[in-house]
Amino acid sequence: MIDFIVSKYNYWIYIILMMIGFYAMIGKRNLIKKIIGMNIFQTAVILFYVSIGCKKGGTLPILEHAHGHAGQVIQASSYINPLPHVLMLTAIVVMVSTLGVAIAIVIMIYLKYNTLEEDEILKAIK
Amino acid sequence: MIEQAPVLIVVIPLIFAFITPLIGWGKKELCYPWIILALTLSTFCSVITLLTVINTGVIHYHLGGWLPPWGIEYVVDYLSAFVLVIVSFISLTVAVYSKKSVEQELPEKITYFYTIFLLQITGFLGIVVTGDLFNLFVFLEIASLAGYALIAVGEEGAPMASFRYVIMGTIGASFYLLGVGYLYMATGSLNMADLASLLPDLYGSRVVLVAFTFLIVGVAIKMALFPLHGWLPDAYEKAPSSVSALLAPLMTKVAAYVMIRIMFTVFRPYFSIEVFPITTTLSWIAAAAILYGALMALAQTDLKKMLVYILISEVGYLVLGIGLANKNGLTGTILHILNDAFMMVALFMIVGAIVYRCGTREISQFRNLHRKMPFTMAAFVIVGLSVVGIPPTCGFFSKWYLILGAIDASQWVLAGVLMLSSLLNAILFFRVIEYAYIEPRNEHDSGGESLVVTSEEAPLSMLIPIISVTAGVVLLGLVSGRIISTVIQFAVPACF
Repeated sequence: MIDFIVSKYNYWIYIILMMIGFYAMIGKRNLIKKIIGMNIFQTAVILFYVSIGCKKGGTLPILEHAHGHAGQVIQASSYINPLPHVLMLTAIVVMVSTLGVAIAIVIMIYLKYNTLEEDEILKAIK
Repeated sequence: MIEQAPVLIVVIPLIFAFITPLIGWGKKELCYPWIILALTLSTFCSVITLLTVINTGVIHYHLGGWLPPWGIEYVVDYLSAFVLVIVSFISLTVAVYSKKSVEQELPEKITYFYTIFLLQITGFLGIVVTGDLFNLFVFLEIASLAGYALIAVGEEGAPMASFRYVIMGTIGASFYLLGVGYLYMATGSLNMADLASLLPDLYGSRVVLVAFTFLIVGVAIKMALFPLHGWLPDAYEKAPSSVSALLAPLMTKVAAYVMIRIMFTVFRPYFSIEVFPITTTLSWIAAAAILYGALMALAQTDLKKMLVYILISEVGYLVLGIGLANKNGLTGTILHILNDAFMMVALFMIVGAIVYRCGTREISQFRNLHRKMPFTMAAFVIVGLSVVGIPPTCGFFSKWYLILGAIDASQWVLAGVLMLSSLLNAILFFRVIEYAYIEPRNEHDSGGESLVVTSEEAPLSMLIPIISVTAGVVLLGLVSGRIISTVIQFAVPACF
């Protein structure tokens, strides 16, 4: 059991983080806490992606003098996979813009109702 | 030029969106013709693309000349070309319609409104045109982010509704992203066609099952499938009129398109039917959505809120056809993507026009509305009949195919649910029609015949889109056989 957890520790970390974020998004009543939860949730997904690209003993996928040395044997297994990392650059941009939009909306809510507690806002709307 | 059309469909609204603030900075009034120009060009490109697909078959467009599976590929087949034309045409209609209502509801923010409006449409079109799962995520988020912003500028309570949508939408998008990640772990590819050829050997793998589950749940949140619809009613009710008219017909339809893509293109149809049998469950969930939406709509006294719940029930129809997973069912779903987009855009535009003129959405306040706004109310009656499913309007035909599909699958209960929902819809619409058309007789002679209601029809820029879409609702019904024989029968996956 311990072996099982330790050998796949990256997945455990991402799942735990994700659940923390999920709890904060659903369970917390304060809007800023919800946003923080959302951020943790998205970061967990990003960590998941980053960890699946890695290999033990792998190095950066830069081929020195690759051009003109066509006969050179390339050991794909000794390089980490850069693609998930590059995908995450895009996902981080998406995450930041979601955060920006969410905070902008919270500012609108705060200016209108003067509070960030969901219960009080719902009371004010009714 | 023509071979660039698939990419131009997306690039035109994107570039035009970024120039809109500059134009609005100079002269605010120019924004409106500017976005009309952008969307006309985009619609033109989609129509060309559809015609090319019909004449020469599937189009593959390699962005930057990078070959798939490494580069991003745009794939336009019958299904995506069909949805592209729907999305671009509906957004053009809503753009024409939006002029007066935006001037009334958001006089300060016209420039930015139109910028985000175009970005929203870019997102929708991109989702439909792309052939790459990760690229689809990016477009999904462009569409969602624009949607959050557009909803937040609505009436009282809109920011809170939008905030809830942000939370739910982010959960959906993250689930989708996780699903893509698991698929990448299993196959090392993100290209849909490449995945379709790599995945069948891995169907036993638990990683693939988890990936599939995440993808479907993520998309179901985005399309507001019951019981994941929690964010939708408030968000679409409180959004500005033209935003509801844009989002309500398109977001759900585009998400339904993504669901069809994932279930029947990325995965082979037999995966979700036999290997990991979820289609039956999906169709029962859909039946619950249909009934729930219709019953909740009955309880509403606010017309827009009623329509929002009808929308949830329409999402049920779309998923029901997907869940039946046979030829008639899927034909029904794809036809319903078209028909429902037209019906919903018409209904939401009509509500917007009523709010613009009368300032109320309470059904009980609609007395004499047929004298005040004769054309709008006539359009409402026609579209209402179509939602109920009365021939020759288009709503009848998609329901007909869905019922045929349910009978083919020997799911008699589901066929019964479809008919029952028609009945409920009939009650819903006749209630409104009764308030608007039938005048109370002999009401103590208080108003009596001296009551003269001056005709205050909606402005032309609203009326023309409403009437043309309503005419479309009838026309589509008349030519639906032709639509099926030229496009839809090729859009249904070949193995059915």
